[in-house]
Amino acid sequence: MVKLIIATSDGSETVIDTSAGYSLMEAIRNGGVDELLAICGGCCSCATCHVYVDEAFLDRLEPAGGAESDLLDALDNRAGNSRLSCQVPVTEDLEGLRVIVAEED
Amino acid sequence: MQINSDILIVGTGHAGAQAAIGLRQKGFDGTLTLIGEEPDPPYERPPLSKDYLAGDKPFERLLIRPEAFWAARDIGRLQGRRVVEVDPERKVISCDTGEVLAYGTLIWAAGGQARQLTVDGHDLAGVFSVRNRQDIEHIKAALPKVKRVCVIGGGYIGLEAAAVLSKLGKQVTVIEAQDRVLARVTGETLSRFFEARHRAHGVDIRLKTQVTRLEGQGGQVTGVRLGSEELIAAEMVIAGIGIIPSVEPLLSAGAEGGNGVRVDAFCRTSLPDIYAIGDCAMHANRFADGALIRLESVQNANDQAQTAVKAIMGAPEVYGAVPWFWSEQYDLKLQTVGLSCGHDQAVLRGDPATRQFSVIYLKGGHVIALDCVNAPADFMHGRNLVMQRACLSSDDLADTAFSLKRSPVRT
Repeated sequence: MVKLIIATSDGSETVIDTSAGYSLMEAIRNGGVDELLAICGGCCSCATCHVYVDEAFLDRLEPAGGAESDLLDALDNRAGNSRLSCQVPVTEDLEGLRVIVAEED
Repeated sequence: MQINSDILIVGTGHAGAQAAIGLRQKGFDGTLTLIGEEPDPPYERPPLSKDYLAGDKPFERLLIRPEAFWAARDIGRLQGRRVVEVDPERKVISCDTGEVLAYGTLIWAAGGQARQLTVDGHDLAGVFSVRNRQDIEHIKAALPKVKRVCVIGGGYIGLEAAAVLSKLGKQVTVIEAQDRVLARVTGETLSRFFEARHRAHGVDIRLKTQVTRLEGQGGQVTGVRLGSEELIAAEMVIAGIGIIPSVEPLLSAGAEGGNGVRVDAFCRTSLPDIYAIGDCAMHANRFADGALIRLESVQNANDQAQTAVKAIMGAPEVYGAVPWFWSEQYDLKLQTVGLSCGHDQAVLRGDPATRQFSVIYLKGGHVIALDCVNAPADFMHGRNLVMQRACLSSDDLADTAFSLKRSPVRT
């Protein structure tokens, strides 16, 4: 099990238990955080699963690929720690990661 | 037995599921029930013709929410039932099971049924549609004994299925009645591009081709007879010829409509306290110059669900979401924004030979739509151009060095 902390724009935080092998998007959605839209279902087509990841964990993630970067680039609320959660695999390394769900662009 | 529900949602696809989720998110605390024909909890439909058919994703990962979610949100689910009658005066619906359900507000999100072939032999074993999970389970179960597949219909569903099946090593023929694939949804450049890519992968694309009947032996399909009398041998036939919106019970109850059920800008039908959303909802779309259309897409299902939810929760907002859509075939990701129908100019941006390019559609000098192949940046920036109906010169649009993001926009 991997424990993650999911914060939303209203200030609330949810602690979720997930497993390696899922994407971060699936973990958030399955954890009952409905603010994450993820309309395309995780195929990197829509940029509606945008999250900010805890800076301290950034180097534990594979960097964003070309398509993900291109989608993120076009978002007005992109920050240095922005990721599309459907493109981030959950690994044991991410235990304790705090993620903020970005507001809809 | 009669079940009462303050809000009853008919249909467990993207639209119905999103409406239920959205209502609870917005604090709706009355009774809420989802009712639908399929036995499974709400799941993502787009992967059916892609990853799920390919066997790359287990069904559990298609679920829009884990099964336990619905009960946790106090959303009732009555599955495996078809609604056959709506009585808007008594505010009840009847199911094929004989059950009667009373509603305060009804959200009709029943989608559509795959259009079936009507030619002789359409009922042979080995003939399939691609609309729901069961269709794909049946296809997958039959595939091991299949060498040759004939796909009837060169729309997105047919082409996506053809791409997956050819990757699985099947010999695939696609039969299209029009003179190009995707004729209903895109321009010629994109049609020709996809035809060429499919042919490069060994798919036999037949255009301007009619099917006269399906041939069979012992009740099993063996081939497709064409108008030219040629026989395309196939152990499997897949019909990807569109859907028929499931609106009959509403129309019989007096709702306005025809090809779908007519809704206003708040997704209300002409019947009191009955909303309709998703594939079956015929609405005036501002991105189609106000024409009455139905949109069969996840975007439309989600956004119309939100529109209905807002109206029901007393904060109505006119539906005006920009249409977008995606498709995956081989190594190609197509992302579309806007509606290209009615364009008077198509500008090519990039070189199709590189398999990374976009086509930008204009009408009266305004950008109305983009088809982007492996070009996600164009898609994202193009969205703004479509929303603003931007006026840009075709020379600029065609120039890949000209960023669509920083382009000066005159609206």
